[in-house]
Amino acid sequence: MIDKLVFYFQFPFVRYALIVGVLIAMCASMLGVTLVLKRFSYIGDGLSHVAFGAMAIAGLTNLTNNMIIIMPITALSAVLLLRTGQNTKIKGDAAIAMISVGALAIGYLIMNLFPSSSNITGDVCTTLFGSSSLLTLSVADVWTCVILSVIVTALFVVFYNKIFAVTFDENFARATGTKADRYNLLIAVIIAVIVVLAMKMVGTLLISALVIFPAVSAMRLFNSYRSVTICAVVISVVCAFAGIIISILAGTPVGSTIVAVDVVAFIFCYIAGMFVGGARA
Amino acid sequence: MALLTIQNLSLGYESRAIIEGLNFTVNEGQYLCIVGENGSGKTTLMKTLLGLQDPLGGQILIGDGLKKNEIGYLPQQTLVQRDFPASVREIVLSGCQSRCGLRPFYNKAEKQLAADNMERMGITQFANRCYRDLSGGQQQRVLLARALCATQKILLLDEPVSGLDPKVTAEMYSLIKKLNDEGITIIMISHDIETATRYASHILHIGSNIFYGTKDEYLESEVGRFFLRNQKGGEADD
Repeated sequence: MIDKLVFYFQFPFVRYALIVGVLIAMCASMLGVTLVLKRFSYIGDGLSHVAFGAMAIAGLTNLTNNMIIIMPITALSAVLLLRTGQNTKIKGDAAIAMISVGALAIGYLIMNLFPSSSNITGDVCTTLFGSSSLLTLSVADVWTCVILSVIVTALFVVFYNKIFAVTFDENFARATGTKADRYNLLIAVIIAVIVVLAMKMVGTLLISALVIFPAVSAMRLFNSYRSVTICAVVISVVCAFAGIIISILAGTPVGSTIVAVDVVAFIFCYIAGMFVGGARA
Repeated sequence: MALLTIQNLSLGYESRAIIEGLNFTVNEGQYLCIVGENGSGKTTLMKTLLGLQDPLGGQILIGDGLKKNEIGYLPQQTLVQRDFPASVREIVLSGCQSRCGLRPFYNKAEKQLAADNMERMGITQFANRCYRDLSGGQQQRVLLARALCATQKILLLDEPVSGLDPKVTAEMYSLIKKLNDEGITIIMISHDIETATRYASHILHIGSNIFYGTKDEYLESEVGRFFLRNQKGGEADD
């Protein structure tokens, strides 16, 4: 088995996949805690469907770098979706359902009307489940991912205390002079970036898993925001690493393997949490 | 000049006014209780005072060197907070946020301030405990310590004892009284008229009739007598 791994690691695309996978998993899990606690778990899902639609539109334009289209559309939707959380006519969950399903339908429609290749079903499946695109990364893709990950991480660390304050009690933060709207916007944009990045790895359908599972697992085990966040990142990185290795060895699809490992990790944490925090209801 | 001067204030949602023509002042060291029936706009008034909501008309003037971000606030608990994985220390420290400005991390002085306020509220022993594991009264103390980190001067409390049992309620009230004796101005929403009249120095009654004055004036007034009788009658019926 070791031999097989060593053999595979001679190929640069395997190393790229590992680097990118681990970085994306790290970024996705960082904000997971905030999203779960703010009751925005579903926003990742909604956004990924928007990204799917955006990708279909980008396919029409024949641009080499479709990020230019996907990223702004997704970021804009993130801002709109987070805004619905506050007193608007359409409730947040309904808005997410509307936007995500609408984008999914339109995306699929566009792909069918203007097929870019003969194998539409294959294309759609690739976009939804990531499939092997993680193994076809170019050097430029890897650098884009590294740079964006560094920016996301830096923003998160610098605004960590403010994100905490806004997550825990938005009204208090606002009343004492923190510009809560600005940080909500920041959170929305960061999520959009993460979703677009993660799309390559796990596909649009499974992105939420990367965001939610590590956070919920960590919340079973730890009691402070900081330790939960750190634990979520560690769980996520370990699961992504393990998932990629398993998928290489066993020849399984990368995205779903990573998510499956996340599910297993959650079950472990859930059981461990019952023993650690037995008193907690 | 008073800490807060409210002039001809109108409140409400989407241009539908709940209260109109509200005038009162809050001076340093006062203990003001806001009372009134459910739905009379008590929370709306507090949100407007905090700047979370724009008034429909009128003005809120801030004086005596009080800054906009020096108002401490004890909100009603939200669902999100009930199972929030955060330690007591983290939450109390987040009260110092407004002091930071754009600086990303808390400095020594702020950490000390948080520690002092935890001591003041008697929750130092819980510093590393998880917020969601504490009892209702302990959680309120944590939020009070956080509010104290944000202010030295004025505290706004929104139903600080809702959901607490009688013993903890009494402790909470005496704690608030102690803060008032230490010189912190208190503005509190309460549906508990008895405690309001026991502790407060001034009463603001809002609803169809608006009354503002000292506690004794309130007890003598038409509005006050009627409301007190109703409240007590209502409780006897339960």
